[in-house]
Amino acid sequence: MGHLTSAPVIDPTGDKTMILNMGPQHPSTHGVLRLLLEIDGEAVVRMMPDIGFLHTGIEKTCEAKFYQQVVPLTDRIDYLCPMVNNLCYVLAVEKLLGLEIPPRATWMRVLLGELQRISSHLVWLGTHAMDLGAMTVFLYCFREREELLKIYELVAGQRMMTSYFRIGGLALEPPLDFFAKVKKFLDTFSEKVDEYENLLTGNRIFINRLKDVARISAEDALAIGLSGPSLRASGVDFDHRRDLPYCGYENFKFKVPVSQDGDVWARYVCRVQELRESREICVQALEGMPQGPIKADAPKIVLPDREKMKTQMEALIYHFKIVTEGFAVPAGEVYQAIESPRGEMGYYIVSDGTAKPMRVHMRSPSYANLQALPQMCEGKLIADVVAAIGSIDIVLGEIDR
Amino acid sequence: MALTPAITDLDQLKDRPFLAALLAWNANAIQGAKFDRDELSIYVARENVREAIAHLKTQGLTDYMSDLTCADFYPREPRFELAYHMLSIKNKARIRLKVKLSGDDPVVESITAVWPSANFFERELFDLFGVRFLGHPYLRRIMLPEDWEGHPLRKDYPVEGYR
Repeated sequence: MGHLTSAPVIDPTGDKTMILNMGPQHPSTHGVLRLLLEIDGEAVVRMMPDIGFLHTGIEKTCEAKFYQQVVPLTDRIDYLCPMVNNLCYVLAVEKLLGLEIPPRATWMRVLLGELQRISSHLVWLGTHAMDLGAMTVFLYCFREREELLKIYELVAGQRMMTSYFRIGGLALEPPLDFFAKVKKFLDTFSEKVDEYENLLTGNRIFINRLKDVARISAEDALAIGLSGPSLRASGVDFDHRRDLPYCGYENFKFKVPVSQDGDVWARYVCRVQELRESREICVQALEGMPQGPIKADAPKIVLPDREKMKTQMEALIYHFKIVTEGFAVPAGEVYQAIESPRGEMGYYIVSDGTAKPMRVHMRSPSYANLQALPQMCEGKLIADVVAAIGSIDIVLGEIDR
Repeated sequence: MALTPAITDLDQLKDRPFLAALLAWNANAIQGAKFDRDELSIYVARENVREAIAHLKTQGLTDYMSDLTCADFYPREPRFELAYHMLSIKNKARIRLKVKLSGDDPVVESITAVWPSANFFERELFDLFGVRFLGHPYLRRIMLPEDWEGHPLRKDYPVEGYR
């Protein structure tokens, strides 16, 4: 309740204006985002986002955990793409350790990362369209997302909080029918995207709600910290996967959709194109999937196989050591940035040479993207605020952390 | 990919583009540099950090501010180390500027005038670390309630809170 009594308040600046409170319980704020709007009739004069309703102190919690115990916490930051969070964290720790990852694990990470991008974009597309009155698309998108959640369950045992990536590789070898199921999904997915586009891209009501709304220029977008598809929709051609490759993305061929318009429509077009490009990457990852181990050969860091643990004494000792004492990480600091579905996700980890991180900071793309919202909405209509929130695709879990 | 030891010798690193530009601008402001795990960190004096970041921006060396965060090295003094992560989209390069702040006077100039994107990041550090940013347009708590006591990400903050 403390938060409610001490919530920020703003006063109207003019005679004709009034303050409108939007959220935190509002269906189109995509979580618990509270917006304070100063309105003059239907026009927004001033906007102030109020966040922190989901703050759980994950960064502080990380400091009390062993390095391997942090992985499940990262799932809960951006719950629409948990494996992308896992990936960013494990890449950062692997960089601290100087650990080499076998190619099969790298390719599996790319494959699952791109499937997560698809499922995250499907949630965005469904909810964004629903906010603007197109209910059908939501049901279609969640139909495909359900298939993807089944695939994650197959590989990780969990639909959402997967925690599948581990420091040094993956938790388990994927089950035998995994690749066939992914292939089946990918084979039909292009048609499904056509289906969404049939409903939306030519729809005149939808176009009128999106075109020329919440426009932001490339300079403003860079200055205010937009990243990911929202930045590319303003004409900045930058994608970490292509320009600062990580996790073997340099082995894949894909286009980076860019638009010059910088409005909600441009962001819609870029993300829908990304759905198709992510599918292309998944197809390449399936075709080129190397054979071999899924864990690095580092017995002091990677848990041994269950079978070895039961039959070999060294494996049992290592298992016991890792679980009870963790593993020491050489002192230093790293910042690892990757391209999450929402933009630049970065993990800044400081190690003091012990088995627990001294500091874990998550640079979440939604946190920076949210700052652009007032700039997009001020001077526009209230109805466009809903379109603008949907177009920057925020997840409150990673904003508040 | 075994770890190579960090290079901390300024002479060995002075040819790196970011560091060369900053040394040419004001060599007195640069307190040190570190090249570790393929990442370059430059320690800048507290008084000069805003100008250094503005200089990198006006010279076209950085065109995006990725992240701003802090780490608490309590009980060491100066205990706080701010880390500014900048990105050059043009040159596809990253740089980290670091500033050391003491525990009894954790104040630094705000960079919101240079990078508006720093606004929320600075508010977050004010909220969770108690670092103050001079010249910030709206330096209020962002995650925690206004009447919260203490700064949770400090190392001397009790994990269970003050109860």
